[in-house]
Amino acid sequence: MNRSRSGGLRSHIPELAILATLIAAPVMLPHLGFSIDLLTRVLNWGLIGLGFDILFGLAGLLSFGQAAFYGVGGFVTAYLLVSGTLSSVWLALAAGTISAGAFGLVVGWLAVRRIGIYFTMITLAFGQMAYFIENSPLSHYTGGENGIPGVPVPVLGFGEHAIRIGAGLPMYVLFAVIFFGGYVLARRIVRSPVGAILLAIKENTARVAMLGHNVPAYKLAAFVIAALYAGLAGGLLGSFQSYMPPDAFSLETSGQLVVQTIVGGANTLIGPLVGAAVWLWLRDNLQLVPGLTTLWKLVLGIAFIALVVGLRRGICGEIIHWLTERRTLSARRAAEAATEAIEAGAVKAASSRGRDTALPLPSPATGDSDVALEACALARHYGGLKAVDGVSFKVRCGSIHAVIGPNGAGKSTLFKMLLDEVSPTSGHVLLFGSQVTGHGVSRSAQFGIAKSNQLNQLFPNLSVRKNLRIAALARCRGPLRIDLLRTADSLPEVEAQIEAIMALLDLSACADTPAHILAYGEKRRLEIGMAFATSPKVLLLDEPLAGMSPSERAATCALIRDIARTCTIVIVEHDLDAIFGLAERITVLYEGRLLADGTADEIRGNQQVQDAYLGGLHAHEPA
Amino acid sequence: MPSWPALASQAFNGLALGSLLALVSSGLTIILGTLGVLNFAHGALFAVGAYAAFVMLQYTQSFLLAIAVGCGFMLVLGFLLERLIIRFFYGRPHEDQILVTYGIGIVLVECVRAVFGGNAQRVPTPSWGQGATQLGFLIYPTYRLQLIAIIATLLVGLYLVLYRTSMGLVVRAGIENPGMVGILGINLRRTFLLVFAIGVVAVGLAGMLYAPVVAVTPDMGANFMAQSFVVIVLGGLGSFPGAVVGGLIAGEIVSLTSAFNSSYSEVMLYALMALLLVLRPQGLFGSEGRV
Repeated sequence: MNRSRSGGLRSHIPELAILATLIAAPVMLPHLGFSIDLLTRVLNWGLIGLGFDILFGLAGLLSFGQAAFYGVGGFVTAYLLVSGTLSSVWLALAAGTISAGAFGLVVGWLAVRRIGIYFTMITLAFGQMAYFIENSPLSHYTGGENGIPGVPVPVLGFGEHAIRIGAGLPMYVLFAVIFFGGYVLARRIVRSPVGAILLAIKENTARVAMLGHNVPAYKLAAFVIAALYAGLAGGLLGSFQSYMPPDAFSLETSGQLVVQTIVGGANTLIGPLVGAAVWLWLRDNLQLVPGLTTLWKLVLGIAFIALVVGLRRGICGEIIHWLTERRTLSARRAAEAATEAIEAGAVKAASSRGRDTALPLPSPATGDSDVALEACALARHYGGLKAVDGVSFKVRCGSIHAVIGPNGAGKSTLFKMLLDEVSPTSGHVLLFGSQVTGHGVSRSAQFGIAKSNQLNQLFPNLSVRKNLRIAALARCRGPLRIDLLRTADSLPEVEAQIEAIMALLDLSACADTPAHILAYGEKRRLEIGMAFATSPKVLLLDEPLAGMSPSERAATCALIRDIARTCTIVIVEHDLDAIFGLAERITVLYEGRLLADGTADEIRGNQQVQDAYLGGLHAHEPA
Repeated sequence: MPSWPALASQAFNGLALGSLLALVSSGLTIILGTLGVLNFAHGALFAVGAYAAFVMLQYTQSFLLAIAVGCGFMLVLGFLLERLIIRFFYGRPHEDQILVTYGIGIVLVECVRAVFGGNAQRVPTPSWGQGATQLGFLIYPTYRLQLIAIIATLLVGLYLVLYRTSMGLVVRAGIENPGMVGILGINLRRTFLLVFAIGVVAVGLAGMLYAPVVAVTPDMGANFMAQSFVVIVLGGLGSFPGAVVGGLIAGEIVSLTSAFNSSYSEVMLYALMALLLVLRPQGLFGSEGRV
């Protein structure tokens, strides 16, 4: 299953297509009612849109405040030029862009703490704040409601040979060059590890954190990138119009950007550009139709509602979807066939004993100790309910340790406290002698604790390979690294790790299948595999056998034994037969308290345990 | 340092603006709390309310009658929006809900613009609200005092509906846990419809009552919506008491700041929100969790 790594001409088709379109547009499109000025304006919107699409399309963060950064970039550039502080338009543009990025850092730092509705409202409110700051307290510098007139155009070269980039075609060429550069950069960001992680954040934020990535920091990075693009576009606007208008800051600007992105298609990078072309073309051309002069925006509003209700993908999104649908369809057929084969018993449970489980990515270095994980008097109270009440136990390094107990015994809560997903009311957890509790779930993952969940927490629209890549990247790159220019699949150890795990999971055949169309048993294996792909020191498995058929159970038990040869495993499971076959040591919980702790044989013979499970009956039967 | 009468006058302005924001925000917050939908069409509905008052006053000479008919109109509009569009979005992501209500907002504003044009309209102050009232140390416009009283009455009415009726109990239970209310056998569809309509009427009423004080334009609601977002972030999402207290605080901040330096009045409001987000992100009356 060696796929050719990214590179070569084929992977650059989008860039070439954009380049060809940018060259052809001023020749072809004027016949369709696009003037050169209109095209330049479309490129300006497209440039903000590149950043916004990384924020909204890729990372799923809907901001209604992009006007703030557009305006900051524009007014800083315009002020520096008109006041005479800087004479070079290029330097002023750089200063404006950096100012917008700095403002984005401040607003983003506050906004990314919240999600969903809160995030959108906070960005909108800061957008309004920027508008009022421009309008009143800073009106001495910004001209308030009048804006800044007389912004000069950029000049290429020095002295006598300098070329002024005037209105019309030269300005279009400048914008086209900058847009193309911006597009190439944005596409690299999308294809970088950071882009892969941002997409995963949109799919399932909690899981990204659980794998060990610093989610707020990555969101903030996307926010600042979007602000930088908006700032650059704002700076160019002033030069283009030789006037910096205050409505760059208005809520209308932010809203128009959102609408254009949806119309063109989010998560396509060129969607905002296409949306802007549609919006501005309709505005200019509908106004010429008698009787429709004031109605163009109404028409667009209705079309927008229809798009949100029906075709969520937008223009470019629908085209891309139509192109890729065939591939997905054949993958889905294969998945269905595989499921049927399993049901028909045609596929034997792979006898996987003796598979190599040494992973290419090393586990984090920790202290050398016989005890891998130690829970010290862990307690979690919900009001008066004591879900877990003072539980202590030790997990020996290299063992399979089971935690069992009847429903409601507190197993899942205990598990969540082991990796600080739930913070304990009292008590703490030690990993090879160092404290885990209080650091949060993503730091715990970096310390070397991974967990597979009771309910699958996958990235449903990403392929198996990409699911595993997010996990492996967390071990390879640590909690945060802003490597925007390398491609996500260019780290050889990570790719080796993914291949090793896919072979271990028997998922190599569906490496490029989206996770949501896998068969159930395959999803369960991927869930475990993602946790294992972080090269943990201690792997927590929460009911790994839940919902599996007998043959799948046997295969999964074999998989767990394989994994146990390289890392310590703690397992919660209701299938006691499987547990007694797997575990060397068993901890029994009952109503939040520790009932027994011992070897499998000790627990099997323990009268209290039998009573707890069977309500006083003496025969041993699995619950 | 401004003089005491000027400060007192600004405090009254703050009360008038604050009570208005409280009414707008309580409409926004009960829709958000119960339906889970952040209504981005709220600003447009504010403008629609103001225009409703403008139209009705052309036909009836009575301001009260105009408001009564206008409320009926807003109620029907609320029913229609919920039945035709909003109800299909309860199960969709927040982003989709925001986008569709934003689209509705565009369409409403453009409809108003298409019918009435973009120029500012004037709505006359009702005959019983003319002139100014002597309040001992300062003279204050009568209609603004009446505005405060009317909105206070409306908010008390809304409070009684929410906290003293069985329907209100269902709404408040729905804010806490909509799934459980459904399991108990209560028809949430009807409650949702009613809550949305009440929210629309509340913001429409705010628009009608405020119409005599300001110039009526199709875009007049946008800034009110942004401010009411600040109010519900201050008060806590979905909290009715939070919306009322938050509204009054926001109104006073804007007005009192402008007594010192009017250019900072709006900026202070957003600065306060930023501060609160750092110190107490769940808002004054909110609890962490839902939304």
